[in-house]
Amino acid sequence: MNRKRVVITGMGTINPLGHDVQTTWTGLLEGKSGLSKTEIFDASTFPSTFSAQVKDFNLADHVEDADKHRHAGRHCTFAIAAAVQAWKQSGLGRYDKLDRDRLGIYLGSGEGSLDFDNFISLVVDAWNEDDTLNAVEWGRLGFERMDMHREIEQESHMVVAHLAAEFGARGPAFNVLTACAASTQALGEAACMIRRGEADAIISGGAHSMIHPLGLMGFNRLTALSVKNDEIATASRPFDATRDGFVLGEGASILILEDYDKVIERGASDKILAEIIGYGSSADAFRITDQDPSGDGATAAMRAALSDAKMDIAQIDYVSAHGTATVQNDQVETLAMKQVFGPKTTVPISSVKSMLGHLIAAAGATELITCVMAIRDQILPPTTNLNTPDPDCDLDYIPNKSRKASVTTCMSNSMGFGGQNNTLIITACGT
Amino acid sequence: MVDRQAVITGIGVTSSAGTGTEEFWKTLLEGGACLTANSIFDPAGFPCRAAGQIEGLSARKVVPKSYRKAVKVMARDIEVAVVAADLAFKDAGIVTRADAEKEMSIPPGRLGCNVGAGLICCELDELGQAAKTSVTNGKFDLGTWGHSGMNNLTPLWLLKYLPNMLSCHVTIIHGAEGPSNCITCGATSGILSVAESARWIARDAADAAVAGGAEAKLTPLGVLRQSLLGRLATDSNDRPESACRPFDATHSGTVMGEGGGLLIVENAERAKSRGAKIYAEIAGFGAACDPGGINVTEPNCGSLDLAVSKAVTDAGLTPGDIDLIVTQGTGVPGEDRLESEAWEKVFGDAICDIPAMAITGTTGSLFAGQSGVTLAAGVLAMWNQTIPPTVNFNTPHDGCRLSLASEPRERNIKYAVIAAFSVGGQSAACVLKRCES
Repeated sequence: MNRKRVVITGMGTINPLGHDVQTTWTGLLEGKSGLSKTEIFDASTFPSTFSAQVKDFNLADHVEDADKHRHAGRHCTFAIAAAVQAWKQSGLGRYDKLDRDRLGIYLGSGEGSLDFDNFISLVVDAWNEDDTLNAVEWGRLGFERMDMHREIEQESHMVVAHLAAEFGARGPAFNVLTACAASTQALGEAACMIRRGEADAIISGGAHSMIHPLGLMGFNRLTALSVKNDEIATASRPFDATRDGFVLGEGASILILEDYDKVIERGASDKILAEIIGYGSSADAFRITDQDPSGDGATAAMRAALSDAKMDIAQIDYVSAHGTATVQNDQVETLAMKQVFGPKTTVPISSVKSMLGHLIAAAGATELITCVMAIRDQILPPTTNLNTPDPDCDLDYIPNKSRKASVTTCMSNSMGFGGQNNTLIITACGT
Repeated sequence: MVDRQAVITGIGVTSSAGTGTEEFWKTLLEGGACLTANSIFDPAGFPCRAAGQIEGLSARKVVPKSYRKAVKVMARDIEVAVVAADLAFKDAGIVTRADAEKEMSIPPGRLGCNVGAGLICCELDELGQAAKTSVTNGKFDLGTWGHSGMNNLTPLWLLKYLPNMLSCHVTIIHGAEGPSNCITCGATSGILSVAESARWIARDAADAAVAGGAEAKLTPLGVLRQSLLGRLATDSNDRPESACRPFDATHSGTVMGEGGGLLIVENAERAKSRGAKIYAEIAGFGAACDPGGINVTEPNCGSLDLAVSKAVTDAGLTPGDIDLIVTQGTGVPGEDRLESEAWEKVFGDAICDIPAMAITGTTGSLFAGQSGVTLAAGVLAMWNQTIPPTVNFNTPHDGCRLSLASEPRERNIKYAVIAAFSVGGQSAACVLKRCES
């Protein structure tokens, strides 16, 4: 069976730096910070009082019929808006021969935010004096107080349902949640489905918001987050010696992937933004709490992607790092980079998480969009807040200032909590 | 590029119908009534009190001694997956890192893992213990929680509840360093995971993978959510064993069960060369969705007919070639009606002649564990050339022409199709082919 070519024809994003791709990209090139004091809820007593929030967002500004999505959770509204942007750019909505049975959805969306105030007061009110939950009272009160939609919409595949409704999709539908690697994985597996001819087009990417009391608590308890509460704007410091953890972000990024032949058939070659040529997936199989310090897991994913792309390391012009700014990630990722690219590699690498924070499941898709833009504009986004060298992180991270470069092919890395690693490779599409 | 064929060489299943292939199959064949009154917590505050519980579930018993400490950070969903994975590898005769004495049968980087999962419910007893330290005048105080209250929870709290932890624990225990995914797509997750793993084999990204799904929603939070949704049977609390009645004229809703179904999906050539027991060949796959699935209060089966048709075509077959239909059969009246219509749409009048089955009368609805377990049931039916009875089915509901039976039937089964659909409107189907030995 001949492997079909897979191209990107549309992109959309809602994130802490912007509500569209161009604004986001401009912000990244200017080194802007999307970080601020957490306002979604009062986090002033938490170890981390700040986050990377989507601001001033209203779904009605992005869709014709926002009421159809009135039950959508916060991250789901981001996904719908991002998908509408991507859809418009692809021109698929105006293509009347589009076979909706072959229009798929493959997302890496997170779970919806908990209805926290309601939920926690229910736990408190249904608490027995003997320090156990009174399940009977919990059930009785829960029926009175909890909203059915708010609860069911927390299932991560409900985002798929909203996108299917918005675009009339009837093709294959998946959601994956490999933590911080989810949307990279979704894009990779979606590309493989198109290669095999299982769909003509797939709406792919991810969405997530863990900026709620249990999400923030969970990461704070793991001591994974930055606690630089006095230096919020510059708190996310990938590869810098003073880094102290990632900054919790939220958002969604959606890309339209299409069978190249179908794009040509519909006369839309001008819509092609880039081609996905490589995907690799691996597991550390090490510990749930730590990355494998050898870097072998990340190395395996990068090598698998290179082999899938039938490419040599010399052909990679830029690597979009996972670069979370945890002490361990950046050191292990650097080590893995050296294993793949050689100990003295000069391949430029940067982490836009320095500006966007960590969008968790949505991070990978957002970063892939920056790779597409780097190819379009021949310029690489910087790693900001990188001022103090770390002897363990001694590669070219494009510190603090964007850089003009000749960019044809990019690699994007994502590594999930628990050790699931994914890598994508895209290239400018020669038509 | 030639696709490599994928086959199923191991089954790991745990549900109210039993743990391990032998017990599970025996229960299905005998038409065991395994739904009981919920004894995990007092369900008196809920309209449905029946449940499909796994008895004696223990990951501690199956993990290597060195990994026992990690069981503490396993939500019950994770334990279900860990137990099912252990059974699957053993059934397949594959030596993994779990056995420190021996060498792995497959290079770690060629062993994949794809365990479907759902929205894991946090343990309220644990959370409540911590939350009560932040209560002032009967009200929860977020400020207190932020600076001190939350410190009463284990630092690893979050890791218990991330859905990819089902896969991650399995990869660590068994040394599976190959492709690794976690599909969270409700009841379709098991089929999607198995099919995707077959694609990994096809494109030579792995030699074998453990794939399927697991979920355990029988918690006060999980039952509350499903009760609010209104799909559960509320008229049978005095006879829980017959509360879930798929496709029966008296069906009134579904029952929540716990379950894990993981299969070993392996490169056919490799399986043959090591002399493995080959249960079945993964012959075809199809998936679809329905734009109407967004309305969760309306019954929806996710364009199931489209998924089944695609799977049959993908296998290079026509509907007339199929010898067994394995349904989902939730027992929710509107869903049963849509599902039986979907099957009829694909098979036409032949629907009356092709034997069909549902296991939900025995296991209840298993959410992300659903289609891994139904796949296991379908594989075993082919392997044993016997179709187990559909428990609690007596008289078909109006319009249902599926050939279900309350007694076991011996049949020559070469091709079986197994399908599933999720709340939210996704569907998936898989065609299996019996391997001639």
